[in-house]
Amino acid sequence: MTFELIPFLKEMLSVPGLSGYERPVREVIARAWEPLSDELSLSNLGSLLALKRGEGPEPRPTAMIAVHMDAIGLMVTAIEDGFLRFTQVGGVDPRILPGQPVIVHATKGQQVQDLPALVVMPPAQLLPPEAGSGPLAQSYLLVDTGLRPKDVEKLVRVGDIISFASQPEELAGDTIAGHTLDNRASVAAATVALELLAKRRHLWDVVVDATVQEEVGCIGGFLDPIKVKPDLAIVVDVNFAAGPGGSGSVNFEMGGGLPLNWGANVHPALYKAMEKTAETYEIPIYKDYSPSMSGTDAYGVQVAEEGIPVVEISIPLRYMHTPVEQVAIKDIQRAGRLMAEFITDLPLDFMNTVKWE
Amino acid sequence: MAEKKQDTLLQLIKKLVETPGPSGQEQKIRAAVREEIEAYADEIRTDALGNLIARVGSKKEGGMRVMVSAHIDEIGLMVTHVDDNGFARFLAIGGVSPFTCMGNRVIFMNGARGVIGMERLEPGKVPTLDQMYIDTGATSAKDCPVQVGDVCGFERPFMDMGKRLVAKSMDDRIAAVIAIEAMKQVKKTSPNEIYFVFSVQEEVGIRGATTAAYGVNPEVGIAVDVTGVGDTPKGFKLNVELGNGPAVKVRDSSFIADPRVVKWMVNEAESQGLPYQMEVLTFGGTDGRAIQMTREGVPAGCLSIGSRYIHSPSEMVDRDDVENSIKLLAGLLNNKIFLGEL
Amino acid sequence: MAKTLETPKTFKPKMGKKELELLSKLTDAMGVSGDEQEIRQIVIDELESIADDMHVDHLGNLLAIKLGKGEKCLRVMVAAHMDEVGFMLIKDDGKGIFEFRVVGGIDPRQLVGKQVIVGRDHVPGIIGAKAIHLTTPEERKQTLPVSQLRIDLGPGGSSKAKPGDRATFATKLQVMGPTLCAKALDNRLGVYNLIQLVKNAPENIDLLAAFTVQEEVGLRGAKVAAFTFNPDIGIAIDSTPAFDLPHYDGEENTLYRTHLDGGPAIYVMDGSTIADRRLVDWLVDTAKAENIPWQFRQPAPGGTDAGAIHRVREGVPSVSVSVPGRYAHSAAGMARVDDELNTLRLLHAALARLDENILLRQE
Repeated sequence: MTFELIPFLKEMLSVPGLSGYERPVREVIARAWEPLSDELSLSNLGSLLALKRGEGPEPRPTAMIAVHMDAIGLMVTAIEDGFLRFTQVGGVDPRILPGQPVIVHATKGQQVQDLPALVVMPPAQLLPPEAGSGPLAQSYLLVDTGLRPKDVEKLVRVGDIISFASQPEELAGDTIAGHTLDNRASVAAATVALELLAKRRHLWDVVVDATVQEEVGCIGGFLDPIKVKPDLAIVVDVNFAAGPGGSGSVNFEMGGGLPLNWGANVHPALYKAMEKTAETYEIPIYKDYSPSMSGTDAYGVQVAEEGIPVVEISIPLRYMHTPVEQVAIKDIQRAGRLMAEFITDLPLDFMNTVKWE
Repeated sequence: MAEKKQDTLLQLIKKLVETPGPSGQEQKIRAAVREEIEAYADEIRTDALGNLIARVGSKKEGGMRVMVSAHIDEIGLMVTHVDDNGFARFLAIGGVSPFTCMGNRVIFMNGARGVIGMERLEPGKVPTLDQMYIDTGATSAKDCPVQVGDVCGFERPFMDMGKRLVAKSMDDRIAAVIAIEAMKQVKKTSPNEIYFVFSVQEEVGIRGATTAAYGVNPEVGIAVDVTGVGDTPKGFKLNVELGNGPAVKVRDSSFIADPRVVKWMVNEAESQGLPYQMEVLTFGGTDGRAIQMTREGVPAGCLSIGSRYIHSPSEMVDRDDVENSIKLLAGLLNNKIFLGEL
Repeated sequence: MAKTLETPKTFKPKMGKKELELLSKLTDAMGVSGDEQEIRQIVIDELESIADDMHVDHLGNLLAIKLGKGEKCLRVMVAAHMDEVGFMLIKDDGKGIFEFRVVGGIDPRQLVGKQVIVGRDHVPGIIGAKAIHLTTPEERKQTLPVSQLRIDLGPGGSSKAKPGDRATFATKLQVMGPTLCAKALDNRLGVYNLIQLVKNAPENIDLLAAFTVQEEVGLRGAKVAAFTFNPDIGIAIDSTPAFDLPHYDGEENTLYRTHLDGGPAIYVMDGSTIADRRLVDWLVDTAKAENIPWQFRQPAPGGTDAGAIHRVREGVPSVSVSVPGRYAHSAAGMARVDDELNTLRLLHAALARLDENILLRQE
C-alpha cells in the first residue's frame, strides 16, 4: 500500500479520537503504520507503538518519536429538555463554539449512534446576569441534536463524548484547514518518516508512538517512555504560526520551516545534532526560544524514570485549538524527512556525544 | 436484624468521620481503620508515607490485581504564628474556604480545641484566610496550648437524619467505610488479589495514592470518593443527585476514567439491578489519577458518592447511596473482571 | 364571514428526496443581500415554464405571476426574500488574508472558527481566532469585533478573490431526525414555499409571487415590488426565531417568540407591522378548519417584508406567516420538517379560500 499524505491526513481529520477515547483515529493510524513497521503494539492506556528494527548488533539503542493522536472536544454533563450541557476535554476555546457543527457519540441506545448536532448560544434573556455580554462561557452554551427531547433521553447519556464535525478543507498555497491538525499533522509527519525509513538502512531501533491523552496532561508522554525505554526521544507537535490573531513575537511562517525548541525541556546536544542534520539536508528551521517548559509530550518524556534526552520539532499552525487549524503540507513533509535523515545517520555510539558541557 | 446491621454501619461511619486526621497527621484515623479491618485482611502494612495497605486474596486463574483507594486524610489547618495575645494564625491544609471557617470549632491533634474568628472587614466583603485566626482561649503566647506547625481539623458531630447522613469529612471517610464494608464481603471464591489502600495526603495533591500505587503496581484500580451534586437551589449544573445511586465517574478535572473501567462498573451495577448515575465533574480530583499515572499506566476509574456541601463541616450523603455503593464495590471485586477492548 | 371555497384536494406537500434536493440547493447557495443571483437563477429554472409572466426588476427582485381562472380575481402578493446575511470582503491584506464586514445582522460571537465560501466560485476560506494559549483572561472576556477578524483563504488566495466579493458560511444542509439543519433557513424556507405555491397555485386568485432582495438590509426589495404589483393583499412568508431553549436557572421561558413543533407562526404585531386583523382571523380560521397546528408569533421586535409592503401607495392590508427556526443569522439554523410542511399546507389552504369578501369591514 502506497502511503499518500493528503488522503491519510484527511482521513485522520475526519474521525474523532478524543483524549481517553482515541480508538477511531488509532485504527486509521494502525492501518497506515502496519505495512511500514515490524511490530505494532498498544500501551496499557491505548497508545499505538510501531517498532521498526534497525540493523545494528544487539543490544541496539532505541530512538522514540512521540506524536500525540488525541483530539480536544466536549463531553455531555447534563440533559435538559432535550438540550445537552457539556464540558471540555482538553483546552477548547469557548469563543469558537457558538454555531459549531459537532457529533454526539451517543451510547445509551442499543448501539452507539453518531448524532450530528450544533453548539448553540441561548439568547440573553435565558441567562443569568453574570453571563455578561461578551463571549459566553462554556457553561452557558448548549448542544442541540435536532431530536425531540424524548428521543434524546433514549439515546444520550451523561459522559458521552462530543467531537468536532467540520470536514477538512484544502486551501490555497498547499495548506489544509480542519480540526485536530493539532496533532494529527505531526502523526502524518511521523508516518512520512516511517515511509522514508522503510527504504533506508538504519542501525538504531525506532519506535513511533502515537500517544494518548496529551491534551489533558501529557499522559502518554509521562507513561509510554517507561514501557519503550528509549535512549533518546523526538517529540513532534504544533507551534504558533504567524497570521491573523498571531501574537507579536510569533514569527514562524506557515511553510517557512520547522521551529526547533531551545530551552530547559530539551537536551542542547540533541538540539545541536538535529540542527546539523537540518543544515546538511537543507531543511529550513527556526530557533524557538522556550525558556522553561514546552507544553507538549516532551514535558513528560524528559522526566520518565531516570530521565530521557529529548528534542522537539514543531510544525507551524494557525488558529490553534479551533476547528479551522491550518498548516502547510510542505512543513509536514519536511518534519518527516528531517526525522528520517536524523535517524538514518545515527551511529551506534551517538549517545556518547549527548553530554552536558 | 436489619436495624442492628444498620446501627453497626452508622456506628462505623460515626467513628470514622469524628476522628481527627488532616493530611500529614493521619495516625489516629489510620489506627481506627486498622482496628476495623484486622480480622478481614490477609496482610496489612503501612508504607513510607503512612498509607495503610491491606491485601485480601491472592491472584488466581483469570483474576486481576486490583487496587481500591479511599483516602483517610481530611482538610484542616496548620498554625503559622501565635501572636502576643495567644491568637493563632494559620494556613489551610487542602481546600479550605473562608466561608466554612467563621465561628467554626477545631480540634488539634494534641487535644486542644479552638474557635475560628476573623478581623473586621468592610461590609459585604469575604475574608481571606489571612484575615482569620484560631482562638484557643489562651490569653498570651505563653499559655497557648498550640504552637507553630500544630495541626487541627474541624470538629463537628455526626448527625443521622434517617435517609440523609451529615458530618464533616464524609470526604472521604464515607469511602473508607464503603471500602471496609466491601472488604468484609469479599469471598474466598473471588479470583482477584485486592489491595485496599487507605491513602494519605490526598487533599494536598493525591500524594499517598501515588506512592501506594507504585508499590502495589495494580492491573486495574478504582478510587472511591465523594462527588458534587446539582440538586440544590441555583446550584452547579451537575448530573449527580443524592439518592440516585452510586455514581460512575467518567471524568473529573484530574483524569479521564478509562472507558473500559466505566463499562465494567456500569455492567456490574446493571447486573445487580442497582441504581447508578453517570458522573462528569468539571472540577476536583481523586486518587484515580494517581493510580492511572503509575508506571506504564493503569486503567483506572472511580466510584463516587454524591455529597452536598463538600469541604464544609456538614457534608451530606444519602444512606441508600452508601449501601448501594457497598454492594456495587463488593460485586466488582468478587467477580472475574472483563475489561474489554481498548 | 368570508365565503369559503373548497380547497383543491390534490396538494399534499411532503419532504421527500426531490424536495430536499431543491431545498438544499437553495440553502447551500450563496445569496448575500445585494448579490442574490445564485438564488434568483434557481427560482427562474424552477418556474420559467410555469409562471404566466416573470421578470427581474431594477433591484433584482424576481416578480412572477400565476393568473387565476375567472374575470376578476383577488390580486394577492406573496413575498419571500431571497437574500441572506453574510459578509463582504473589503480589503486584501495580502497572502490570502482579507478584511471583511458583515452584511445584515450577525452576532460577532458567531463568526470565530468557522468555514466560509467566497465569491461566485465558492472559494473555501476560514475565519480563524488567535490561539487561546496566546490570549490573556481580559482578552477572552472581550468579543472580537469584526474589524479584527480576517477571512483566510490560504497563501496565494489573493489571486482567487477580491474586495467586493461576498462570502457566507460554508454550511451544507443536513437532516437530523425530524429537523432540517442548514444556513439561511431564514429565508430559503420561504423561497422554497413560494416556489411550491406557484407550482400549485389555487385558481381563485392572481398569485403575485415576489422573490424579493435586500430584506436583511432594510426591506428594500419588497418596497418596490409592492409598488409594481399594487396588490389587494400582501403576505410575507419567512422564517422567524424560536427562542424555545431552557432557562439557565429553570425559570419559565416567557420570551420564546415561537416554539418548534408549534406549527406555522402567524404574526399579530412585530417591530415593522401591525397585521391586518381580518387576515389574521382568516389564517387562524383556515388552520382550525383544516386541522393544521398553528401558533401566534409572540409580539416582539423584528420585521418582515410586510413592513414595507403594507406602507406602499395607499396601503396594502398585510400579514406574515413564518416557519419557526432556531439560531437564525448564524452558521446553521434548525427547523422541524413538520413545521415547514404545515406552513406550506396552511398557506395553500388559506389562499384557496380567499375571495373579495375577505376585505369587507365589520363596521
